[in-house]
Amino acid sequence: MERIEKLELRGVTRRFGVTTALHSFDLEIAGGMFVSLLGPSGCGKSTALNCLAGLLDLSEGEIVLNGRPIQDVPAEKRGFGMVFQNYALFPHLSVTRNVSYGLELRGVPKPERERRIRRALEMVKLEEFGKRFPAQLSGGQQQRLAFARTIVLEPGLLLLDEPLSNLDTKLRNEMRIEIKHLHEQLNLTTVYVTHDQSEAMSMSDLVVVMRLGRIEQVGTPQEIYNRPKSLYVADFMGYSNRLPVSLVAQEGQEWVVETISGTQLRASSTLQESTDWQPGQRVLACFRPDEALADPLPAVNHLQGQVQLVEYMGKTFEGLVRLQGDDGIQLLVHSQHPLENDAPVEFGIRPDRLLLFPLATSDNNPVKPHLEPALKGQR
Amino acid sequence: MAEIGLKGRSLARLGLPKRIEWGAVLLSLPAFVMVLALFVYPFVFGFDLSLRSGAKGEGDWTLNNYQQFFNDPRQMDTIWTTFQVALPVTLFSVAVSVPLAYFMRRGIRFERLITAILILPITLGTVMVAQAMLSYFGPRGWFNQLLQGMGLIQDPVRLTRNWIGVEIALFIHGFPFVFLMILGYMSGINPDLERASRMLGASRWQTFWRVIFPLSLPGIAIAFCLNFVANFGVFPSATLVGNPSAETRVLSIAAFQAAFEQNNRPQGTSIALIMGAIELLVIVLILWMRGRLARGATMGGGKGA
Repeated sequence: MERIEKLELRGVTRRFGVTTALHSFDLEIAGGMFVSLLGPSGCGKSTALNCLAGLLDLSEGEIVLNGRPIQDVPAEKRGFGMVFQNYALFPHLSVTRNVSYGLELRGVPKPERERRIRRALEMVKLEEFGKRFPAQLSGGQQQRLAFARTIVLEPGLLLLDEPLSNLDTKLRNEMRIEIKHLHEQLNLTTVYVTHDQSEAMSMSDLVVVMRLGRIEQVGTPQEIYNRPKSLYVADFMGYSNRLPVSLVAQEGQEWVVETISGTQLRASSTLQESTDWQPGQRVLACFRPDEALADPLPAVNHLQGQVQLVEYMGKTFEGLVRLQGDDGIQLLVHSQHPLENDAPVEFGIRPDRLLLFPLATSDNNPVKPHLEPALKGQR
Repeated sequence: MAEIGLKGRSLARLGLPKRIEWGAVLLSLPAFVMVLALFVYPFVFGFDLSLRSGAKGEGDWTLNNYQQFFNDPRQMDTIWTTFQVALPVTLFSVAVSVPLAYFMRRGIRFERLITAILILPITLGTVMVAQAMLSYFGPRGWFNQLLQGMGLIQDPVRLTRNWIGVEIALFIHGFPFVFLMILGYMSGINPDLERASRMLGASRWQTFWRVIFPLSLPGIAIAFCLNFVANFGVFPSATLVGNPSAETRVLSIAAFQAAFEQNNRPQGTSIALIMGAIELLVIVLILWMRGRLARGATMGGGKGA
């Protein structure tokens, strides 16, 4: 198959009747990249993938592969491979015949076919299961067979549609490593659709966060994680602690803000528009529970509260803390040592990890500012 | 106690529950009695009757009735005649249904209307359809008038009171069943299998022959069997729109004549049982072929599928 130097999606739009599932999607993928499309169900990530695959026609826009538009090339002629969420293995064909399927269609001669099938099955550790039928395989084996069937054709682009969502946690983590391993081994350009931010973070070179059919943010996993550009992305990245504050002053890269009870904190913002902010304006300060630390306590940015509930998280303890005099706002806080119920606690957040966002307006943010985050078990 | 335990274990090995649920037995009793009274008893009664001598079955057990049938060329011919009537229309119904069902498997516009039109003849009954056919397809019916009016034919085509008339009537009745059954089976195939096939490089045609058709085979085989059995036992259409004395003298007519015209009930019953045995043979043959052709096709596709 043709190797990908550069794959561009330009203004790719897909409408279903009156609803637009994908709005003017622009993305540039370099050869060998692992790109994740991340978002909740209904955000258009699968639509984007199916458009790329050729299984859905575009309403507008173009897909350009190595400088050549391919949006009118049918799926079977694009030379892309796809692994489906439910694997879509052929139930009436044996493991070997499933892998052989694409090779037979391409008229690959039998000796070469057998050699390539054997290599593909070895790669996914299924070499001893050739005679079985898909129904006789476990979930993880079916998953690996779906991979073998696709990579045996050496596709130019590998499309993965939530391939891990039907597996249990342990298997999912193993497969995640295997997929990454295969990607590096074969140097396959890969587009991966998922709603799981940890999958996207751990595997990707580039993450595309999507919302309501539009791209919300594109960046490396580090960029998306540390510098979310909107409350929506922050929410997706686990910035579940929200504290309403008002701006006091800007000092260099940082802002000084004040909570309702008058505690002053130092915070930062990832937004372009923050240059227009005025002192006195009310904003939302967001931070991740695992970056709100009671122990070890950061040097600055301290808040006081009372522990309401404690959960043991393995490495740390997570406590639900009610702030003193802040309308009973509750936040999640991590600690190295056991927190005691009803005990007073002091915790802090590093200024560069306390991110400011404008208060949610219905226009640009449908995410509700849930001011009382639940403990992990309740989420 | 030990004995009871042993008994329980051997029952479990047979796949039977260890404890008998008397409530469940009681609940299934009416159905059991119904099957016994409506199916098993008449069958045993008929089988016994077919082995009796004498016109009323009052005599001793004998194989005479069967011997008479197989020794009489005119009676033996009805088997061949019945195949000639039943097989072509069954094959045709299946052959039309498969591509149509493939085309309609994801639903199309006006699907409800089309389905309603298809089902309508079934609700009208055999006699009504036969009556309508006699006037519509008759020598002076609208169909012939239309063809003559368009200048396609000079003399009217004979479409009733012969073999073709029976075929048309059986098609009208059998096709909707066959089509709906195959449609139900095909639309149950996971659409991702087709997408996967395309992504592996298969054209629509290749996908049909390599994925959809083999996976539909069990449904097609069952539809074929049911429709074939219905067509093989045809009686009203063969009498009303066919030529019951010659080219459409099927087994059921032979059985009817023996039992009610010659008043030889044992003879008629033996013909009916011969008919049943042939149907059973064909079903076994079809299911055996299906088993050979589509190994694994009936197995589920695992968790996702």
